[in-house]
Amino acid sequence: MSDILLEVNDLKQYFPIRTGFFQKTPLKAVDGVSFTIGKGETLGLVGESGCGKTTVGRSILRLYEPTAGQVIFDGEEVTKNNINSMRKKMQMVFQDPYSSLDPRMTVEDIIGEPLDVHKLYSNKKERREKILELMNYVGLNSEHATRYAHEFSGGQRQRIGIARALAVDPQFIVCDEPVSALDVSIQAQVINMFEELQEKLGVAYLFIAHDLLVVHHISKRIAVMYLGKIVELADSDELNNNPLHPYTQSLLSAVPIPDPDIARSRQRIVLEGDVPSPLKMPTGCPFRTRCQYATEQCAQECPTLTDRGGGHMSACFNK
Amino acid sequence: MNKPLISVQNLHTSFFTDSGEVCAVNGVSFDLDHGEILGIVGESGSGKSVTAYSIMQILASTGKIVDGSIYYKGEDITKWKEKQMRDFRGKCCSIIFQDPMTSLNPVFTIGNQLTEAIKLHTDKKGKEAKARAAELLELVGINEPERRLKQYPYELSGGMRQRVMIAMALACEPDILIADEPTTALDVTIQAQILELIQKLQKELGMAVILVTHDLGVIASMCDNIIVMYGGRICERGTAHEIFYNPKHEYTKGLLRSIPNVTRMKEKLIPILGTPINMLNLPKGCSFCARCDNAMKICLTEKPEEISINENHKASCWINVRDAMINEGGNADE
Ligand SMILES: Nc1ncnc2c1ncn2[C@@H]1O[C@H](COP(=O)(O)OP(=O)(O)OP(=O)(O)O)[C@@H](O)[C@H]1O
Ligand SMILES: Nc1ncnc2c1ncn2[C@@H]1O[C@H](COP(=O)(O)OP(=O)(O)OP(=O)(O)O)[C@@H](O)[C@H]1O
Ligand code: SF4
Ligand SMILES: [Mg+2]
Ligand SMILES: [Mg+2]
Repeated sequence: MSDILLEVNDLKQYFPIRTGFFQKTPLKAVDGVSFTIGKGETLGLVGESGCGKTTVGRSILRLYEPTAGQVIFDGEEVTKNNINSMRKKMQMVFQDPYSSLDPRMTVEDIIGEPLDVHKLYSNKKERREKILELMNYVGLNSEHATRYAHEFSGGQRQRIGIARALAVDPQFIVCDEPVSALDVSIQAQVINMFEELQEKLGVAYLFIAHDLLVVHHISKRIAVMYLGKIVELADSDELNNNPLHPYTQSLLSAVPIPDPDIARSRQRIVLEGDVPSPLKMPTGCPFRTRCQYATEQCAQECPTLTDRGGGHMSACFNK
Repeated sequence: MNKPLISVQNLHTSFFTDSGEVCAVNGVSFDLDHGEILGIVGESGSGKSVTAYSIMQILASTGKIVDGSIYYKGEDITKWKEKQMRDFRGKCCSIIFQDPMTSLNPVFTIGNQLTEAIKLHTDKKGKEAKARAAELLELVGINEPERRLKQYPYELSGGMRQRVMIAMALACEPDILIADEPTTALDVTIQAQILELIQKLQKELGMAVILVTHDLGVIASMCDNIIVMYGGRICERGTAHEIFYNPKHEYTKGLLRSIPNVTRMKEKLIPILGTPINMLNLPKGCSFCARCDNAMKICLTEKPEEISINENHKASCWINVRDAMINEGGNADE
């Protein structure tokens, strides 16, 4: 129990969307999500565009006020009142290294900002030392401190963003697609850095990405989301070798494998159609409109996430 | 086979900008055969798109083919007039882009745009063109084509818009389809649908396809032959099998090492260090030299020659030349 750092219980995030003149419909971006993350652990979060991954991350950090549910961090519930002090322990790294940093700020100012906000130094000299130490941590040259964000490459900017997140010495970082915008040859540098920081500092990550190979590489466990719900959650090797949920099965079979023999010999399960709009959520199981195993029951009831043995959780009636 | 469908020879394409000449493509040569799927991979900025756009001659106004030839069925199309090129683009060669929204006009219906394309590029008119539009939508796997024809681009999902773009590209029944990152903006399950579709159409219609992507996974499952680009040049080319299992250029090797491998998931990735090259100021020798762990003196000063590794494989890296010399022309160079 004491190893659990973050506990998310039945988190819901609905956005009211105007659908008519006098009418608002709730868009259920996140609809009853529960999981835990251990100290120093990485939980991967995957799923199709719009399934609610970013919203989960933002709701945990209370960048949105959740509609319902509970987030418990290190034994303490995160609320409106304590979120400011909580942000010293929980941070976020954003997807786009080009737009998430102010190009007119110097590297020093960007990394120093959270230090200023949380007053984490006693004098100018200490501030500067902290900044240089952080830059060193993420592999940035100290000569770069006075340069502007726009002078850096994508991989370097992502390092700046990570140094900023680390400035407050957090125990947990939400990494929202931190390598998606980077060139393949640069991705590996940044992934390695995340791993090294975890080994050194014991930070835990919620690692959001759409590249399943990257997620598999970095995560101990993986949660698969579909239309606002977690449909499967398991140890990453187990999930990849033995996916139970029909959505996970098709998702894994669709991942392009960079190996011609494997790529050409395996069977793709190509899904029909598109993800339904979260405004017109199907009844019952959210996946049933594209599921080859769907039965009458799937249209009536929504399957819950249950343990199929050894902590391998899946939400499906038939698989 | 007899003549290739497309033969690009020593292509040089530059952009003339305020800060100088950007040599985006520097001496690229390759052939494309009838019915072949050719993959072009490489780093961002390595000249993949510019190579493709040079074939179609749809470069930005500052861009120019400064040297080389592009033969289509034996004729050098770089010498063609714009009117001939319009015909070429309309009837012989089509292109689809990464972001379908930028190439569809938001104020016209799908049907409107599709029938216009058909009328422009074929001799079908009126009702016939409309029927053909519905037929094309059906061909690319869009259900209820009649209803879709009346919809506007924003009413369709990303995957469906990309299908419409493909339908549009097929309107003229081209010999060649160029697909520039056709699935990069899409989710994996939708990507799988689109790739499956391109493969199916290629087989059924016998088109040749040039698939430009930075995704090695996509290349591995789709392509017969692969070109790897770095710094505006082809650094390595060969069959999918050769490139993935027997890479010979240091950049290709680095690229393959830096992606997570299904069979070695828990091993540390080995990144390519350093930053991509500056196209405004190309190095004198091998463009990959500054990032190469095994670079030799000659790599700094001389451009590597392309040598044959075997009949299905060529690479431009001095290490291969050295090895071939050590083997005294043994197995490496015949
Ligand atoms: N502030 C908001 N107001 C209204 N709707 C929102 C808001 N933020 C997100 N949504 C909607 O909630 C759903 C989930 O969005 P979210 O960004 O969490 O998805 P995601 O899984 O991160 O997708 P992607 O892979 O594209 O980043 C989407 O339908 C989105 O349009
Ligand atoms: N209109 C332009 N003006 C000036 N330079 C350009 C222009 N278009 C492309 N370039 C330059 O030409 C080079 C090759 O660009 P290209 O678009 O072919 O790269 P790419 O390999 O397709 O990369 P990506 O994977 O990012 O699409 C780049 O250095 C780019 O900056
Ligand atoms: S519950 Fe039914 S519809 Fe949902 S995934 Fe399982 S079989 Fe398919
Ligand atoms: Mg997101
Ligand atoms: Mg490109």
